[in-house]
Amino acid sequence: MDVFWAGALWALKIWLYLIILLIMIPSMFGFSLGISEIYMTILVKTLEWATLNIQKANSDEGTLKPSSSNGLIQRENGSMEKELEELRRSRPKPPVGGDFTLSDCFYFIRQGIESIVDDQVTQRFTSEELVSWNLLTRTNNDFQYISLKLTLVYGLGIIVRYCILAPLRITLTVIGVSWLVIGTSAVGLLPNWRIKFWLSELVHVMCYRICARGLSATIRYHNRENKPKKGGICVANHTSPIDIVILCTDGCYAMVGQVHGGLMGIIQRAMVRSCPHVWFERSEMKDRHLVTKRLKDHVNDKKKLPILIFPEGTCINNTSVMMFKKGSFEIGTTIYPVAIKYDPKFGDAFWNSSKHSMVSYLLRMMTSWALVCNVWYLPAMHQQEGEDAVQFANRVKSAIAHQGGLVDLQWDGGLKRAKVKETFKEQQQKKYSNMVVRDDSN
Amino acid sequence: MGSRASRLLREEEIEEIKKETGFSHSQITRLYSRFTSLDKGENGTLSREDFQRIPELAINPLGDRIINAFFPEGEDQVNFRGFMRTLAHFRPIEDNEKNKNPSATEPLNSRTNKLLFAFRLYDLDRDDKISRDELLQVLEKVDVEQKMSIRFLH
Repeated sequence: MDVFWAGALWALKIWLYLIILLIMIPSMFGFSLGISEIYMTILVKTLEWATLNIQKANSDEGTLKPSSSNGLIQRENGSMEKELEELRRSRPKPPVGGDFTLSDCFYFIRQGIESIVDDQVTQRFTSEELVSWNLLTRTNNDFQYISLKLTLVYGLGIIVRYCILAPLRITLTVIGVSWLVIGTSAVGLLPNWRIKFWLSELVHVMCYRICARGLSATIRYHNRENKPKKGGICVANHTSPIDIVILCTDGCYAMVGQVHGGLMGIIQRAMVRSCPHVWFERSEMKDRHLVTKRLKDHVNDKKKLPILIFPEGTCINNTSVMMFKKGSFEIGTTIYPVAIKYDPKFGDAFWNSSKHSMVSYLLRMMTSWALVCNVWYLPAMHQQEGEDAVQFANRVKSAIAHQGGLVDLQWDGGLKRAKVKETFKEQQQKKYSNMVVRDDSN
Repeated sequence: MGSRASRLLREEEIEEIKKETGFSHSQITRLYSRFTSLDKGENGTLSREDFQRIPELAINPLGDRIINAFFPEGEDQVNFRGFMRTLAHFRPIEDNEKNKNPSATEPLNSRTNKLLFAFRLYDLDRDDKISRDELLQVLEKVDVEQKMSIRFLH
Protein backbone atom coordinates (compact mmCIF):
# COMPACT_ATOMS: atom_id res chain seq x y z
CA MET A 1 0.00 0.00 0.00
CA ASP A 2 2.80 2.36 0.92
CA VAL A 3 4.44 1.74 -2.40
CA PHE A 4 1.18 2.59 -4.11
CA TRP A 5 0.85 5.89 -2.29
CA ALA A 6 4.52 6.74 -2.87
CA GLY A 7 4.05 5.97 -6.55
CA ALA A 8 0.88 8.04 -6.77
CA LEU A 9 2.55 10.98 -5.06
CA TRP A 10 5.51 10.75 -7.40
CA ALA A 11 3.19 10.66 -10.44
CA LEU A 12 1.32 13.67 -9.10
CA LYS A 13 4.56 15.60 -8.68
CA ILE A 14 5.67 14.82 -12.23
CA TRP A 15 2.24 15.87 -13.50
CA LEU A 16 2.42 19.21 -11.69
CA TYR A 17 5.97 19.95 -12.83
CA LEU A 18 5.03 19.18 -16.41
CA ILE A 19 2.06 21.48 -16.26
CA ILE A 20 4.03 24.29 -14.70
CA LEU A 21 6.88 24.05 -17.11
CA LEU A 22 5.07 23.40 -20.33
CA ILE A 23 1.93 25.42 -19.88
CA MET A 24 1.86 27.77 -16.96
CA ILE A 25 5.18 29.55 -17.32
CA PRO A 26 4.99 30.14 -21.07
CA SER A 27 1.44 31.42 -20.77
CA MET A 28 2.38 33.74 -17.93
CA PHE A 29 4.93 35.38 -20.12
CA GLY A 30 2.73 35.43 -23.15
CA PHE A 31 4.37 32.98 -25.49
CA SER A 32 3.42 29.47 -26.39
CA LEU A 33 5.30 26.23 -26.90
CA GLY A 34 2.95 25.23 -29.67
CA ILE A 35 1.26 22.34 -27.88
CA SER A 36 -2.18 23.91 -27.98
CA GLU A 37 -1.72 24.83 -31.63
CA ILE A 38 -1.07 21.20 -32.51
CA TYR A 39 -4.11 20.16 -30.52
CA MET A 40 -6.28 22.71 -32.31
CA THR A 41 -5.08 21.63 -35.74
CA ILE A 42 -5.88 18.00 -34.98
CA LEU A 43 -9.25 19.02 -33.58
CA VAL A 44 -10.22 21.12 -36.59
CA LYS A 45 -9.26 18.31 -38.97
CA THR A 46 -11.25 15.78 -36.95
CA LEU A 47 -14.37 17.93 -36.90
CA GLU A 48 -14.14 18.58 -40.63
CA TRP A 49 -13.82 14.86 -41.28
CA ALA A 50 -16.83 14.20 -39.04
CA THR A 51 -18.91 16.83 -40.85
CA LEU A 52 -18.05 15.37 -44.25
CA ASN A 53 -18.94 11.89 -43.06
CA ILE A 54 -22.31 12.97 -41.72
CA GLN A 55 -23.14 14.88 -44.87
CA LYS A 56 -22.12 11.95 -47.05
CA ALA A 57 -24.24 9.56 -45.01
CA ASN A 58 -27.22 11.86 -45.23
CA SER A 59 -27.02 12.32 -48.98
CA ASP A 60 -26.61 8.55 -49.41
CA GLU A 61 -29.75 7.97 -47.44
CA GLY A 62 -31.52 10.52 -49.51
CA THR A 63 -32.87 12.45 -46.56
CA LEU A 64 -32.38 16.16 -46.80
CA LYS A 65 -31.35 17.18 -43.32
CA PRO A 66 -32.89 20.56 -42.55
CA SER A 67 -30.32 23.26 -42.26
CA SER A 68 -30.75 25.00 -38.95
CA SER A 69 -29.68 28.26 -40.47
CA ASN A 70 -33.09 28.39 -42.20
CA GLY A 71 -35.90 29.21 -39.88
CA LEU A 72 -38.91 26.96 -39.49
CA ILE A 73 -41.05 29.34 -41.49
CA GLN A 74 -40.66 32.10 -43.99
CA ARG A 75 -42.16 35.27 -42.60
CA GLU A 76 -43.92 37.97 -44.56
CA ASN A 77 -42.21 41.21 -43.68
CA GLY A 78 -44.83 43.76 -44.55
CA SER A 79 -45.73 46.48 -42.11
CA MET A 80 -49.11 46.53 -40.39
CA GLU A 81 -50.33 49.29 -42.70
CA LYS A 82 -49.35 47.51 -45.90
CA GLU A 83 -50.82 44.16 -44.93
CA LEU A 84 -54.11 45.66 -43.76
CA GLU A 85 -54.38 47.71 -46.98
CA GLU A 86 -54.13 44.49 -48.96
CA LEU A 87 -56.76 42.78 -46.85
CA ARG A 88 -59.16 45.69 -47.27
CA ARG A 89 -58.72 46.01 -51.03
CA SER A 90 -61.88 44.05 -51.74
CA ARG A 91 -64.08 46.78 -50.24
CA PRO A 92 -64.57 50.29 -51.55
CA LYS A 93 -62.96 52.80 -49.17
CA PRO A 94 -65.37 54.96 -47.19
CA PRO A 95 -65.02 58.66 -48.13
CA VAL A 96 -64.07 59.87 -44.65
CA GLY A 97 -62.65 58.38 -41.53
CA GLY A 98 -60.96 55.06 -40.98
CA ASP A 99 -61.97 51.58 -41.88
CA PHE A 100 -62.57 48.26 -40.27
CA THR A 101 -63.12 44.91 -41.84
CA LEU A 102 -63.64 41.52 -40.27
CA SER A 103 -60.70 40.24 -42.25
CA ASP A 104 -58.31 42.57 -40.41
CA CYS A 105 -57.97 39.83 -37.87
CA PHE A 106 -56.16 37.65 -40.42
CA TYR A 107 -53.07 39.82 -40.12
CA PHE A 108 -52.91 39.56 -36.35
CA ILE A 109 -53.72 35.87 -36.28
CA ARG A 110 -50.96 35.07 -38.72
CA GLN A 111 -48.44 37.24 -36.85
CA GLY A 112 -49.43 35.54 -33.62
CA ILE A 113 -49.14 32.01 -34.94
CA GLU A 114 -45.84 32.85 -36.66
CA SER A 115 -44.43 34.05 -33.36
CA ILE A 116 -45.61 30.86 -31.64
CA VAL A 117 -43.70 28.79 -34.18
CA ASP A 118 -40.58 30.94 -34.35
CA ASP A 119 -39.96 34.15 -32.45
CA GLN A 120 -36.94 36.38 -32.22
CA VAL A 121 -36.64 36.54 -28.47
CA THR A 122 -37.09 33.22 -26.66
CA GLN A 123 -34.55 31.49 -28.89
CA ARG A 124 -31.84 33.84 -27.60
CA PHE A 125 -32.00 32.37 -24.13
CA THR A 126 -31.07 28.83 -25.09
CA SER A 127 -27.94 27.52 -26.74
CA GLU A 128 -27.48 27.98 -30.45
CA GLU A 129 -28.38 25.04 -32.67
CA LEU A 130 -25.43 23.61 -34.57
CA VAL A 131 -25.48 23.11 -38.30
CA SER A 132 -23.52 19.91 -38.00
CA TRP A 133 -22.82 17.71 -35.00
CA ASN A 134 -19.51 18.40 -33.26
CA LEU A 135 -19.06 15.01 -31.57
CA LEU A 136 -20.20 16.12 -28.12
CA THR A 137 -22.92 14.22 -26.29
CA ARG A 138 -24.59 17.40 -25.16
CA THR A 139 -25.27 18.67 -28.66
CA ASN A 140 -26.60 15.36 -29.94
CA ASN A 141 -30.14 16.48 -30.60
CA ASP A 142 -31.41 14.83 -33.70
CA PHE A 143 -28.51 12.89 -35.12
CA GLN A 144 -28.62 9.17 -35.60
CA TYR A 145 -25.99 6.48 -35.85
CA ILE A 146 -23.92 7.12 -38.97
CA SER A 147 -20.93 4.82 -39.03
CA LEU A 148 -18.67 2.80 -36.77
CA LYS A 149 -15.68 5.07 -37.39
CA LEU A 150 -17.62 8.11 -36.27
CA THR A 151 -18.82 6.41 -33.11
CA LEU A 152 -15.27 5.35 -32.29
CA VAL A 153 -13.98 8.88 -32.71
CA TYR A 154 -16.85 10.11 -30.56
CA GLY A 155 -15.96 7.57 -27.86
CA LEU A 156 -12.30 8.48 -28.06
CA GLY A 157 -13.30 12.09 -27.74
CA ILE A 158 -15.14 11.39 -24.51
CA ILE A 159 -12.08 9.68 -23.01
CA VAL A 160 -9.75 12.45 -24.10
CA ARG A 161 -12.01 15.19 -22.85
CA TYR A 162 -12.98 13.76 -19.50
CA CYS A 163 -9.81 11.92 -18.50
CA ILE A 164 -7.01 14.02 -19.95
CA LEU A 165 -8.23 17.50 -20.72
CA ALA A 166 -10.58 18.07 -17.81
CA PRO A 167 -8.13 17.29 -14.98
CA LEU A 168 -5.49 19.36 -16.76
CA ARG A 169 -7.80 22.30 -17.09
CA ILE A 170 -9.09 22.07 -13.55
CA THR A 171 -5.52 22.06 -12.20
CA LEU A 172 -4.64 25.10 -14.25
CA THR A 173 -7.72 27.02 -13.17
CA VAL A 174 -7.12 26.25 -9.51
CA ILE A 175 -3.52 27.44 -9.86
CA GLY A 176 -4.67 30.54 -11.71
CA VAL A 177 -7.28 31.57 -9.19
CA SER A 178 -5.06 30.91 -6.16
CA TRP A 179 -2.27 32.87 -7.76
CA LEU A 180 -4.70 35.71 -8.39
CA VAL A 181 -5.72 35.85 -4.74
CA ILE A 182 -2.19 35.48 -3.37
CA GLY A 183 -0.58 37.74 -5.90
CA THR A 184 -3.02 40.61 -5.61
CA SER A 185 -2.98 40.47 -1.84
CA ALA A 186 0.82 40.55 -1.89
CA VAL A 187 0.88 43.52 -4.23
CA GLY A 188 -1.70 45.21 -2.06
CA LEU A 189 0.78 45.26 0.80
CA LEU A 190 3.09 47.56 -1.14
CA PRO A 191 2.82 51.34 -0.70
CA ASN A 192 1.41 53.37 -3.54
CA TRP A 193 4.48 53.70 -5.70
CA ARG A 194 4.40 53.50 -9.46
CA ILE A 195 5.82 50.04 -9.30
CA LYS A 196 2.68 48.91 -7.49
CA PHE A 197 0.49 49.68 -10.50
CA TRP A 198 2.85 47.95 -12.86
CA LEU A 199 3.07 44.86 -10.66
CA SER A 200 -0.69 44.78 -10.14
CA GLU A 201 -1.30 44.80 -13.88
CA LEU A 202 1.31 42.11 -14.34
CA VAL A 203 -0.24 39.85 -11.71
CA HIS A 204 -3.75 40.31 -13.07
CA VAL A 205 -2.79 39.58 -16.66
CA MET A 206 -0.71 36.53 -15.74
CA CYS A 207 -3.51 35.00 -13.71
CA TYR A 208 -6.07 35.54 -16.42
CA ARG A 209 -3.72 34.01 -18.94
CA ILE A 210 -3.38 30.90 -16.81
CA CYS A 211 -7.17 30.72 -16.47
CA ALA A 212 -7.52 31.12 -20.22
CA ARG A 213 -5.18 28.19 -20.74
CA GLY A 214 -7.32 26.41 -18.22
CA LEU A 215 -10.16 26.62 -20.68
CA SER A 216 -8.08 25.92 -23.78
CA ALA A 217 -9.02 29.30 -25.07
CA THR A 218 -7.86 30.37 -28.51
CA ILE A 219 -8.55 34.04 -28.80
CA ARG A 220 -7.95 36.20 -31.83
CA TYR A 221 -7.81 39.92 -31.17
CA HIS A 222 -8.55 42.36 -33.98
CA ASN A 223 -7.81 46.06 -34.20
CA ARG A 224 -5.79 46.27 -31.03
CA GLU A 225 -5.00 49.89 -31.73
CA ASN A 226 -8.53 50.63 -30.50
CA LYS A 227 -7.91 49.10 -27.09
CA PRO A 228 -9.70 50.87 -24.24
CA LYS A 229 -7.69 53.53 -22.46
CA LYS A 230 -7.78 54.87 -18.93
CA GLY A 231 -10.72 57.03 -18.02
CA GLY A 232 -13.11 55.35 -20.42
CA ILE A 233 -15.74 52.68 -20.27
CA CYS A 234 -15.44 49.43 -22.18
CA VAL A 235 -18.75 47.87 -23.25
CA ALA A 236 -19.16 44.42 -24.71
CA ASN A 237 -21.87 41.91 -25.50
CA HIS A 238 -22.40 39.35 -22.75
CA THR A 239 -22.48 35.60 -23.24
CA SER A 240 -21.00 34.18 -20.06
CA PRO A 241 -18.74 35.09 -17.11
CA ILE A 242 -15.84 33.83 -19.21
CA ASP A 243 -16.08 37.05 -21.24
CA ILE A 244 -14.17 38.68 -18.39
CA VAL A 245 -11.31 36.20 -18.68
CA ILE A 246 -11.24 36.68 -22.45
CA LEU A 247 -10.99 40.45 -22.25
CA CYS A 248 -8.64 40.62 -19.29
CA THR A 249 -5.99 38.42 -20.89
CA ASP A 250 -5.29 41.33 -23.17
CA GLY A 251 -5.49 44.31 -20.89
CA CYS A 252 -6.40 45.49 -17.44
CA TYR A 253 -9.88 46.62 -16.56
CA ALA A 254 -11.71 47.70 -13.45
CA MET A 255 -14.67 45.48 -12.80
CA VAL A 256 -18.12 46.54 -11.75
CA GLY A 257 -20.41 44.26 -9.87
CA GLN A 258 -22.21 43.17 -6.78
CA VAL A 259 -20.36 42.09 -3.66
CA HIS A 260 -20.68 38.33 -3.27
CA GLY A 261 -19.96 36.04 -0.38
CA GLY A 262 -17.91 32.87 -0.40
CA LEU A 263 -15.17 32.20 -2.91
CA MET A 264 -16.23 35.06 -5.19
CA GLY A 265 -16.09 37.41 -2.23
CA ILE A 266 -12.54 36.36 -1.39
CA ILE A 267 -11.46 36.94 -4.98
CA GLN A 268 -13.19 40.32 -5.06
CA ARG A 269 -11.58 41.53 -1.84
CA ALA A 270 -8.15 40.37 -2.97
CA MET A 271 -8.48 42.09 -6.33
CA VAL A 272 -9.51 45.37 -4.79
CA ARG A 273 -6.37 45.45 -2.65
CA SER A 274 -4.04 45.82 -5.57
CA CYS A 275 -6.06 48.14 -7.81
CA PRO A 276 -9.42 49.85 -7.50
CA HIS A 277 -12.51 48.01 -8.73
CA VAL A 278 -16.09 49.12 -8.22
CA TRP A 279 -17.96 46.65 -6.07
CA PHE A 280 -21.48 47.52 -4.93
CA GLU A 281 -23.49 46.21 -2.03
CA ARG A 282 -26.82 44.80 -3.09
CA SER A 283 -28.71 47.68 -1.47
CA GLU A 284 -26.55 50.27 -3.23
CA MET A 285 -27.33 48.84 -6.65
CA LYS A 286 -30.97 49.95 -6.41
CA ASP A 287 -29.94 53.59 -6.07
CA ARG A 288 -29.20 54.67 -9.63
CA HIS A 289 -27.76 58.04 -8.66
CA LEU A 290 -25.28 56.45 -6.31
CA VAL A 291 -24.19 54.01 -8.97
CA THR A 292 -23.77 56.73 -11.57
CA LYS A 293 -21.84 58.91 -9.15
CA ARG A 294 -19.39 56.19 -8.19
CA LEU A 295 -18.79 55.27 -11.82
CA LYS A 296 -18.30 58.95 -12.69
CA ASP A 297 -15.78 59.39 -9.89
CA HIS A 298 -13.85 56.36 -11.03
CA VAL A 299 -13.82 57.50 -14.62
CA ASN A 300 -12.75 61.05 -13.82
CA ASP A 301 -9.68 59.84 -11.97
CA LYS A 302 -7.39 59.50 -14.98
CA LYS A 303 -5.08 57.12 -13.19
CA LYS A 304 -7.69 54.45 -12.76
CA LEU A 305 -8.22 51.63 -15.21
CA PRO A 306 -11.06 51.64 -17.77
CA ILE A 307 -14.28 50.18 -16.45
CA LEU A 308 -15.65 47.00 -18.01
CA ILE A 309 -19.44 46.90 -18.27
CA PHE A 310 -21.89 44.53 -19.97
CA PRO A 311 -24.90 46.74 -20.69
CA GLU A 312 -27.21 43.89 -21.65
CA GLY A 313 -27.36 43.00 -17.99
CA THR A 314 -27.71 39.27 -18.58
CA CYS A 315 -26.18 36.44 -20.60
CA ILE A 316 -27.44 36.05 -24.17
CA ASN A 317 -26.62 33.14 -26.42
CA ASN A 318 -24.17 34.95 -28.72
CA THR A 319 -26.41 35.00 -31.79
CA SER A 320 -27.74 38.47 -31.11
CA VAL A 321 -27.24 41.65 -29.13
CA MET A 322 -30.19 42.75 -27.00
CA MET A 323 -31.13 46.11 -25.57
CA PHE A 324 -28.33 48.02 -23.86
CA LYS A 325 -29.28 49.58 -20.53
CA LYS A 326 -28.66 53.28 -20.72
CA GLY A 327 -26.96 53.69 -17.33
CA SER A 328 -23.36 53.51 -18.55
CA PHE A 329 -24.12 55.76 -21.50
CA GLU A 330 -25.26 58.63 -19.29
CA ILE A 331 -21.89 59.11 -17.65
CA GLY A 332 -20.61 61.18 -20.50
CA THR A 333 -17.24 59.67 -21.09
CA THR A 334 -15.60 57.86 -23.99
CA ILE A 335 -17.12 54.49 -24.76
CA TYR A 336 -14.91 51.73 -26.19
CA PRO A 337 -17.14 49.06 -27.76
CA VAL A 338 -15.86 45.51 -27.99
CA ALA A 339 -17.52 42.66 -29.91
CA ILE A 340 -16.99 39.07 -28.76
CA LYS A 341 -18.05 36.17 -30.95
CA TYR A 342 -17.52 32.54 -29.94
CA ASP A 343 -17.24 29.70 -32.41
CA PRO A 344 -19.93 27.23 -31.30
CA LYS A 345 -18.29 24.28 -33.07
CA PHE A 346 -15.71 23.85 -30.34
CA GLY A 347 -17.88 24.33 -27.31
CA ASP A 348 -20.95 26.25 -26.31
CA ALA A 349 -19.94 29.22 -24.22
CA PHE A 350 -23.43 30.45 -23.33
CA TRP A 351 -24.31 30.24 -19.63
CA ASN A 352 -27.97 29.31 -19.27
CA SER A 353 -28.27 30.30 -15.62
CA SER A 354 -31.73 28.82 -15.23
CA LYS A 355 -30.47 25.44 -16.37
CA HIS A 356 -26.92 25.18 -15.00
CA SER A 357 -25.30 26.45 -11.84
CA MET A 358 -21.96 28.22 -12.13
CA VAL A 359 -19.97 25.14 -11.09
CA SER A 360 -21.83 22.87 -13.49
CA TYR A 361 -21.29 25.44 -16.24
CA LEU A 362 -17.55 25.62 -15.60
CA LEU A 363 -17.28 21.85 -15.69
CA ARG A 364 -19.10 21.79 -19.02
CA MET A 365 -16.66 24.37 -20.32
CA MET A 366 -13.74 22.26 -19.22
CA THR A 367 -15.06 19.18 -20.92
CA SER A 368 -15.70 20.88 -24.26
CA TRP A 369 -13.22 20.65 -27.06
CA ALA A 370 -11.91 24.17 -26.68
CA LEU A 371 -12.99 27.76 -26.56
CA VAL A 372 -12.44 29.65 -29.77
CA CYS A 373 -13.45 33.25 -30.08
CA ASN A 374 -12.83 36.48 -31.93
CA VAL A 375 -12.57 39.81 -30.17
CA TRP A 376 -12.90 43.02 -32.14
CA TYR A 377 -11.94 46.33 -30.59
CA LEU A 378 -14.09 49.00 -32.18
CA PRO A 379 -13.12 52.69 -32.48
CA ALA A 380 -14.07 54.84 -29.51
CA MET A 381 -17.49 56.51 -29.53
CA HIS A 382 -18.78 59.64 -27.90
CA GLN A 383 -22.27 60.88 -27.26
CA GLN A 384 -23.14 63.32 -30.02
CA GLU A 385 -25.01 66.64 -29.89
CA GLY A 386 -28.73 66.17 -29.57
CA GLU A 387 -28.44 62.46 -28.96
CA ASP A 388 -29.88 61.12 -25.74
CA ALA A 389 -28.50 58.18 -23.79
CA VAL A 390 -30.92 55.65 -25.30
CA GLN A 391 -30.08 56.62 -28.88
CA PHE A 392 -26.38 56.57 -28.07
CA ALA A 393 -26.74 53.12 -26.52
CA ASN A 394 -28.55 51.88 -29.64
CA ARG A 395 -25.86 53.29 -31.87
CA VAL A 396 -23.13 51.48 -29.95
CA LYS A 397 -25.21 48.30 -29.93
CA SER A 398 -25.61 48.39 -33.72
CA ALA A 399 -21.89 48.86 -34.19
CA ILE A 400 -21.12 45.85 -32.01
CA ALA A 401 -23.80 43.70 -33.67
CA HIS A 402 -22.58 44.65 -37.13
CA GLN A 403 -18.95 43.81 -36.36
CA GLY A 404 -19.65 40.53 -34.64
CA GLY A 405 -22.17 39.32 -37.21
CA LEU A 406 -24.91 39.24 -34.57
CA VAL A 407 -28.59 40.11 -34.91
CA ASP A 408 -29.41 43.56 -33.56
CA LEU A 409 -32.56 43.30 -31.43
CA GLN A 410 -34.54 46.00 -29.67
CA TRP A 411 -35.90 43.57 -27.11
CA ASP A 412 -34.75 43.69 -23.50
CA GLY A 413 -32.58 40.87 -22.22
CA GLY A 414 -34.58 41.06 -19.02
CA LEU A 415 -37.39 39.25 -20.87
CA LYS A 416 -35.49 36.10 -19.96
CA ARG A 417 -37.23 36.23 -16.62
CA ALA A 418 -39.74 39.06 -16.70
CA LYS A 419 -42.87 39.67 -18.74
CA VAL A 420 -43.22 42.24 -21.50
CA LYS A 421 -44.22 45.66 -20.25
CA GLU A 422 -47.83 46.61 -20.89
CA THR A 423 -46.69 49.76 -22.73
CA PHE A 424 -45.46 47.69 -25.69
CA LYS A 425 -48.84 46.03 -26.03
CA GLU A 426 -50.52 49.41 -25.85
CA GLN A 427 -48.27 50.70 -28.63
CA GLN A 428 -49.51 47.97 -30.98
CA GLN A 429 -53.12 48.62 -30.02
CA LYS A 430 -52.65 52.33 -30.63
CA LYS A 431 -51.13 51.73 -34.05
CA TYR A 432 -54.05 49.58 -35.13
CA SER A 433 -56.72 51.85 -33.71
CA ASN A 434 -55.19 54.75 -35.66
CA MET A 435 -55.94 52.80 -38.78
CA VAL A 436 -59.50 52.09 -37.71
CA VAL A 437 -60.33 55.59 -36.54
CA ARG A 438 -58.32 57.59 -39.03
CA ASP A 439 -58.90 61.35 -39.18
CA ASP A 440 -58.27 62.96 -42.55
CA SER A 441 -56.35 65.63 -40.70
CA ASN A 442 -53.48 63.19 -40.09
CA MET B 1 -29.66 21.31 -25.77
CA GLY B 2 -29.57 17.58 -26.23
CA SER B 3 -31.43 16.63 -23.08
CA ARG B 4 -34.09 19.25 -23.46
CA ALA B 5 -36.76 16.83 -24.70
CA SER B 6 -38.19 15.05 -21.71
CA ARG B 7 -39.23 12.28 -24.05
CA LEU B 8 -38.52 11.62 -27.68
CA LEU B 9 -41.20 11.51 -30.33
CA ARG B 10 -41.92 7.96 -31.48
CA GLU B 11 -42.07 7.08 -35.16
CA GLU B 12 -45.72 5.92 -34.93
CA GLU B 13 -46.73 9.24 -33.43
CA ILE B 14 -44.96 11.11 -36.19
CA GLU B 15 -46.81 9.02 -38.78
CA GLU B 16 -50.16 9.67 -37.12
CA ILE B 17 -49.54 13.41 -36.98
CA LYS B 18 -48.38 13.35 -40.59
CA LYS B 19 -51.63 11.76 -41.69
CA GLU B 20 -53.78 14.06 -39.64
CA THR B 21 -52.07 17.36 -40.38
CA GLY B 22 -50.12 16.90 -43.58
CA PHE B 23 -46.81 18.20 -42.23
CA SER B 24 -43.63 16.49 -43.39
CA HIS B 25 -41.46 14.34 -41.14
CA SER B 26 -38.74 16.96 -40.67
CA GLN B 27 -41.30 19.71 -40.06
CA ILE B 28 -42.88 17.64 -37.31
CA THR B 29 -39.57 16.96 -35.56
CA ARG B 30 -38.56 20.60 -35.71
CA LEU B 31 -41.94 21.74 -34.42
CA TYR B 32 -41.58 19.20 -31.62
CA SER B 33 -38.26 20.78 -30.76
CA ARG B 34 -40.01 24.14 -30.60
CA PHE B 35 -42.83 22.67 -28.49
CA THR B 36 -40.38 21.30 -25.92
CA SER B 37 -38.45 24.54 -25.77
CA LEU B 38 -41.67 26.39 -24.90
CA ASP B 39 -42.57 23.74 -22.32
CA LYS B 40 -40.70 25.14 -19.34
CA GLY B 41 -42.36 22.76 -16.90
CA GLU B 42 -41.13 19.81 -18.96
CA ASN B 43 -44.34 17.84 -18.49
CA GLY B 44 -45.21 17.33 -22.15
CA THR B 45 -47.96 19.95 -22.26
CA LEU B 46 -48.16 23.70 -22.69
CA SER B 47 -50.14 25.99 -20.42
CA ARG B 48 -51.33 29.50 -21.18
CA GLU B 49 -48.33 30.94 -19.31
CA ASP B 50 -45.97 29.11 -21.64
CA PHE B 51 -47.50 30.94 -24.60
CA GLN B 52 -47.55 34.29 -22.84
CA ARG B 53 -43.83 34.05 -22.32
CA ILE B 54 -43.34 34.79 -26.03
CA PRO B 55 -42.92 38.58 -26.13
CA GLU B 56 -44.08 39.01 -29.74
CA LEU B 57 -47.30 37.19 -28.90
CA ALA B 58 -47.80 39.10 -25.68
CA ILE B 59 -47.92 42.43 -27.50
CA ASN B 60 -50.26 41.14 -30.23
CA PRO B 61 -53.74 42.69 -29.72
CA LEU B 62 -55.36 39.32 -30.43
CA GLY B 63 -52.74 37.42 -28.45
CA ASP B 64 -55.04 36.11 -25.74
CA ARG B 65 -57.64 34.93 -28.20
CA ILE B 66 -55.06 33.15 -30.33
CA ILE B 67 -53.77 31.36 -27.24
CA ASN B 68 -57.34 30.34 -26.38
CA ALA B 69 -57.72 28.74 -29.78
CA PHE B 70 -55.14 26.12 -28.82
CA PHE B 71 -57.02 24.96 -25.74
CA PRO B 72 -60.08 22.77 -26.13
CA GLU B 73 -63.20 23.76 -24.26
CA GLY B 74 -62.58 23.98 -20.52
CA GLU B 75 -59.01 22.67 -20.56
CA ASP B 76 -55.82 24.37 -19.40
CA GLN B 77 -53.18 22.21 -21.00
CA VAL B 78 -52.48 21.40 -24.61
CA ASN B 79 -50.36 18.44 -25.70
CA PHE B 80 -48.29 18.16 -28.85
CA ARG B 81 -51.10 16.59 -30.90
CA GLY B 82 -53.40 19.49 -30.06
CA PHE B 83 -50.61 21.95 -30.80
CA MET B 84 -50.01 20.45 -34.22
CA ARG B 85 -53.71 20.23 -34.98
CA THR B 86 -54.09 23.97 -34.47
CA LEU B 87 -50.95 24.82 -36.43
CA ALA B 88 -52.14 22.59 -39.25
CA HIS B 89 -54.82 25.14 -40.08
CA PHE B 90 -52.02 27.38 -41.32
CA ARG B 91 -50.41 25.04 -43.75
CA PRO B 92 -50.65 26.37 -47.30
CA ILE B 93 -53.12 24.56 -49.54
CA GLU B 94 -51.25 22.55 -52.13
CA ASP B 95 -52.62 22.18 -55.64
CA ASN B 96 -52.77 18.40 -55.58
CA GLU B 97 -54.98 18.57 -52.52
CA LYS B 98 -57.57 20.81 -54.11
CA ASN B 99 -58.97 18.17 -56.45
CA LYS B 100 -59.10 15.34 -53.95
CA ASN B 101 -62.02 12.98 -53.54
CA PRO B 102 -64.84 15.20 -52.27
CA SER B 103 -66.22 12.54 -49.94
CA ALA B 104 -62.96 12.25 -47.98
CA THR B 105 -62.76 14.19 -44.69
CA GLU B 106 -61.75 17.76 -45.16
CA PRO B 107 -58.09 18.48 -44.41
CA LEU B 108 -57.41 20.82 -41.50
CA ASN B 109 -55.97 23.50 -43.74
CA SER B 110 -58.90 23.74 -46.16
CA ARG B 111 -60.36 27.14 -46.93
CA THR B 112 -63.39 26.41 -44.81
CA ASN B 113 -61.36 25.32 -41.82
CA LYS B 114 -59.17 28.38 -42.06
CA LEU B 115 -62.27 30.55 -42.05
CA LEU B 116 -63.71 28.57 -39.15
CA PHE B 117 -60.54 29.27 -37.16
CA ALA B 118 -60.78 33.02 -37.75
CA PHE B 119 -64.50 32.94 -37.05
CA ARG B 120 -63.98 31.28 -33.70
CA LEU B 121 -61.68 34.08 -32.67
CA TYR B 122 -64.54 36.52 -32.96
CA ASP B 123 -67.03 34.13 -31.43
CA LEU B 124 -65.86 34.48 -27.83
CA ASP B 125 -68.76 32.75 -26.15
CA ARG B 126 -68.49 29.92 -28.66
CA ASP B 127 -72.15 29.91 -29.60
CA ASP B 128 -71.34 29.91 -33.33
CA LYS B 129 -72.96 33.26 -33.99
CA ILE B 130 -71.73 36.56 -35.33
CA SER B 131 -73.39 38.83 -37.82
CA ARG B 132 -73.88 36.61 -40.86
CA ASP B 133 -74.29 39.19 -43.59
CA GLU B 134 -71.09 41.04 -42.85
CA LEU B 135 -69.17 37.85 -42.77
CA LEU B 136 -70.42 36.69 -46.17
CA GLN B 137 -69.86 40.05 -47.75
CA VAL B 138 -66.31 40.40 -46.57
CA LEU B 139 -65.10 36.93 -47.16
CA GLU B 140 -66.35 36.63 -50.71
CA LYS B 141 -63.38 38.44 -52.16
CA VAL B 142 -60.55 37.99 -49.71
CA ASP B 143 -57.78 35.59 -50.65
CA VAL B 144 -58.21 33.46 -47.56
CA GLU B 145 -55.84 30.75 -48.71
CA GLN B 146 -52.93 33.11 -48.93
CA LYS B 147 -53.67 35.40 -45.99
CA MET B 148 -54.24 32.57 -43.53
CA SER B 149 -51.25 30.48 -44.55
CA ILE B 150 -47.70 30.38 -43.27
CA ARG B 151 -44.82 29.15 -45.43
CA PHE B 152 -43.38 26.26 -43.45
CA LEU B 153 -39.85 25.42 -44.64
CA HIS B 154 -38.83 21.81 -45.22
